[in-house]
Amino acid sequence: MRRLRFILALAWRESRASRRRLLLFASAISLGVGALVAIGSFTENLEKGVRSQARQLLGADLELGSSRPFSRNVQAVLDSLTRAGARVARRTGFSSMAYVRRTEGIRLVDVRAVDPGFPFYGDVVTSPAGRWPALDTARVAIVDTSLLVALSARIGDTLEIGNAQFPIAGVVSEVPGHVTGGFNAFGTQVYIPFRDVPATRLIVFGSRVRHSALIKFLDPRDARRLINRERPLFDRERVARQTAEDTQREITGVLDDLSTFLQFVGLIALLLGGIGVASGVGAFVAGKIDTVAVLRCLGASRPLVFAVYLTQAAALGLIAATAGAGLGVATQLVLPRLLRGLLPADVRFTLEPDVILGGIGIGVAVAVLFALRPLLEVRLVSPLQALRRAFETAPARTARDPWRLVAAGALASGVLALCMYRNEDPAVGLGFAVAIGLSVGILALAARLAVAGARRLTRGPHARVRWPYVVRQGLANLHRPRNQTRSVVIALGFGVGLLAALYLIQANLMRFVRTSTAAVQGRPNLVFIDIQRDQEQGVTGLVRSAGAPVLQVVPIVPMRISAVNGRPKEDLLRDTSRAAPRSWTLRREYRSTYRDSSVSSERLVGGAWWHGRGEAASGMPYPVSVSTDLATDLKVGIGDAITWDVSGVTVETRVVALREVDWARFETNFFAVFSTAALERAPRSYVVLTRVDDAGTRARLQRAVSERFPNVTSFDVALLQRTVERILARVALAIRFMAALSLGTGALVLLGAVAAGRLERIREGALLKALGATRRQIERILLAEYVALGALAALVGIVLAIAGGWAFTHYVFELRFTVPAPAMVAVFGATAVLVAVVGMTASREVFRRTAMEVLRDV
Amino acid sequence: MLIANNLSKIYLSGGRPLTVLKEVSLAVESGGFLAVVGPSGCGKTTLLGLLAGLDVPSSGTVLLEGQDLGALSEDQRARLRGEKVGFVFQTFQLIPTLTAQENVQVPIELAGQRAGGPARGNGAPERAWELLARVGLDGREHHYPAQLSGGEQQRVAIARAFANEPKILFADEPTGNLDAATGGRIIELVVELNRELGTTLVLVTHDPDLAARAKTTLHLRDGSVVPAAAAS
Ligand SMILES: Nc1ncnc2c1ncn2[C@@H]1O[C@H](COP(=O)(O)OP(=O)(O)OP(=O)(O)O)[C@@H](O)[C@H]1O
Ligand SMILES: [Mg+2]
Repeated sequence: MRRLRFILALAWRESRASRRRLLLFASAISLGVGALVAIGSFTENLEKGVRSQARQLLGADLELGSSRPFSRNVQAVLDSLTRAGARVARRTGFSSMAYVRRTEGIRLVDVRAVDPGFPFYGDVVTSPAGRWPALDTARVAIVDTSLLVALSARIGDTLEIGNAQFPIAGVVSEVPGHVTGGFNAFGTQVYIPFRDVPATRLIVFGSRVRHSALIKFLDPRDARRLINRERPLFDRERVARQTAEDTQREITGVLDDLSTFLQFVGLIALLLGGIGVASGVGAFVAGKIDTVAVLRCLGASRPLVFAVYLTQAAALGLIAATAGAGLGVATQLVLPRLLRGLLPADVRFTLEPDVILGGIGIGVAVAVLFALRPLLEVRLVSPLQALRRAFETAPARTARDPWRLVAAGALASGVLALCMYRNEDPAVGLGFAVAIGLSVGILALAARLAVAGARRLTRGPHARVRWPYVVRQGLANLHRPRNQTRSVVIALGFGVGLLAALYLIQANLMRFVRTSTAAVQGRPNLVFIDIQRDQEQGVTGLVRSAGAPVLQVVPIVPMRISAVNGRPKEDLLRDTSRAAPRSWTLRREYRSTYRDSSVSSERLVGGAWWHGRGEAASGMPYPVSVSTDLATDLKVGIGDAITWDVSGVTVETRVVALREVDWARFETNFFAVFSTAALERAPRSYVVLTRVDDAGTRARLQRAVSERFPNVTSFDVALLQRTVERILARVALAIRFMAALSLGTGALVLLGAVAAGRLERIREGALLKALGATRRQIERILLAEYVALGALAALVGIVLAIAGGWAFTHYVFELRFTVPAPAMVAVFGATAVLVAVVGMTASREVFRRTAMEVLRDV
Repeated sequence: MLIANNLSKIYLSGGRPLTVLKEVSLAVESGGFLAVVGPSGCGKTTLLGLLAGLDVPSSGTVLLEGQDLGALSEDQRARLRGEKVGFVFQTFQLIPTLTAQENVQVPIELAGQRAGGPARGNGAPERAWELLARVGLDGREHHYPAQLSGGEQQRVAIARAFANEPKILFADEPTGNLDAATGGRIIELVVELNRELGTTLVLVTHDPDLAARAKTTLHLRDGSVVPAAAAS
């Protein structure tokens, strides 16, 4: 006990001289803990928000939905619910063009026709206030604020949807029953009364309509009971059910990806902080050798000395982590603002004690674990060093010290535990830890090679280099005893690698959006869908008269799979073996087409196309081509038989061709392509693709088509691209925010690493001056050293980033990966410059002091 | 030639001015040998620093080899040191991360670099090797300072001091950290080189025997020059 008190007292007194400098290094930990706490709390807050708002998000206890009108049987169930006291509201959702004659504005909108009473939960906020009930009594529309902007319209204007006209009664900023923003909410919402849907005359064959019934039970638990009771009916009638809890799970699932990614970034920031502590402690220990030697001379034992400094490290970690937690809580106030528009629920700020305490604990652990190895050097200081200066640690250091192995083991398992922490999938955590270990290993190896290389270049018989003395001297600094090559290369390489990887991932995502959404010359950028058979000529005529090319006219036939190789779908769905098709392949509605060759976004990888119309003898199956991904999940290959239900008619097919489809391309892509003979008599609609470069012409063409064929929907792909880019920009902002945090940590790490050699440099600088070196010469020596260090670290970091970025893009996003070379060159240059600037700044004391110091041994 | 006129140095310590040197004047002719003696804290090191241009005086002038140090910039003074001045320090002051030979090479390379001469063509390694042999350290070229004894380190420092054949050599208690015998040999070496090359020698010492070998002796007390009689 007394001993402990003594250690604490000594640790406190001993830290007097260096507290401020130590805190600077520890602030790297603060940034890491800050990131972790901010992200952790934010995710918790968000989940809580989603949980408490799940019912409001759905607007009801249960939503039944179907792509076709509810059958009489389903209607009967709904009626019985109403009789039992539950409330039922109907809703129909479909896409349509909306047009305001006064401003000539036109826009694709998401029409939601709702019954009075909807929503049962949550409030609708309209402006002017209280306009929502108008839907119950009048033929009006209440629209999303953005629509008014897009159409330059105002409240009171008349909105034309199909054949009906709706005065705009107000705008909504918040409506339950749909997830605001989000990745898939591109459409602008327009609410109209349910009873006015027929007046639009938009519901025709092939139009994509979502029929819903929203139910509020007397007892919310009845939702589950109803689903369990009516499951056979709902399955048969293809009625989807969604409860409030389902909504919650769905949303949190989407958020999980984002938060996993952010958590990893936070984790890396923390590990960077750890490296910062390690190099800071290294610098600290280097400056303490004399003190330690004197303490040892005075009779302090090795364990005592070690305990004193370990106590300092732990205390430091505690202070830094607490400050970091504070920073994290503050950041948490900013994050929702950065991500606004992406979040489905309101995020209310609450303190999350678990996360905060956990973050502090992790911060202390990281500080101690990372400090352990450099601190071990304190143990190796012999009392002799009080008599003779330093350096003698060098041979001792390489000796096999079991404690070093223990420290390394503790560090490795600590990092592993950290990677597993809060990560549900242990494989991902393990993979991450391995990646980190590998990166550090590669960086250490690169540093070792650089040391060896510098030695060969500047010393010995092979040193043929005829570089100026200052450059040679600077490079020689890389390999001299007690050089900073290893610490700077690892710390900086890691930081640069992280930043560059984040950049690469983001750049590849952006490139994907751009190439997939028709920015490319000649690719279609305007799409008309839901064209009825008798409208095809009219639409293509309008396109041509606008001077635009008709790039493709694609027939679309809706269908479902009823059997595979003779086994009925119901049978296959019950089969849970691995050989059975995945259920999505059997449940979905396929929108297929017919033709006889590949299009530009696909590639034939197996079998062969049929010739001409692909007739089949009576009783024989028609040829069909499926995409490779469908083939994989449906467990079929060339020669397998698939039976389709095309609007009630059974069509037998045999797979004769496999296509690899680039779904990323914004084109009409199909899971299944039939021969003309197979589908030419089936009910179908058409898609027409064209390209119009001028935005005004594009809008006029859309309007002309919409006026003559109100049921035809058009997509302005350029507009879609901008929307996607806007959303990605928000994600990018969040990523950049985290990257900036890591950059701050990286700079601190760099400072710490550079500071390790600071004392040496100052002594040496004064001596060189006394021996006749000018300021310029000393500057150049330092510059050569730092530029070499920075270039090396940047190079290895970028290579690691490319590897990591590729892995992430390839395996997580499943996208093609390219390296934007100019950006990487810029990162390389910027890093070298940054290191030089930081290094020179940290060394500026060399120039401040006079050569006189050399006479007074400091 | 080294001439100092009314040198004063005032340090600000704790916000209050502390006069460390008071109007010190002296002159040493080329090839001369001056010993500076006095009790600890009297300002010997301070004076040496001013004479060598490591620091600037609060008032007074120093003429070193015909150059007025006060008229030179810090870099110009560094250049002058590199060409005409050698140093030997009490604590040796070798660069711990350079080998003996590399330490000796530093002034040669610094000067060669400045002269714009070929980086490697100035024969710096050969010259360093010669000098080390001259001070009896052949075979130890590739040792680091920590691998050398105090006396050996000081011999490396002397080799370094003579690397550019300086006109004047400053030494601040060069034997202060060595035993009497080793110190004696070090002084022999310095005096010998002084004679061989005609180098002017300015030596700070506590050692009366050593001071006795000098042509002239300057006695300092509390920052002022005092007559030899008063000093003893
Ligand atoms: N930077 C400084 N600030 C304030 N006072 C200083 C400074 N440098 C030296 N002094 C003071 O100047 C006085 C002379 O110091 P100096 O080192 O020249 O003495 P010295 O004669 O070399 O002593 P010693 O024989 O012990 O080496 C001392 O009293 C010292 O405290
Ligand atoms: Mg002195």
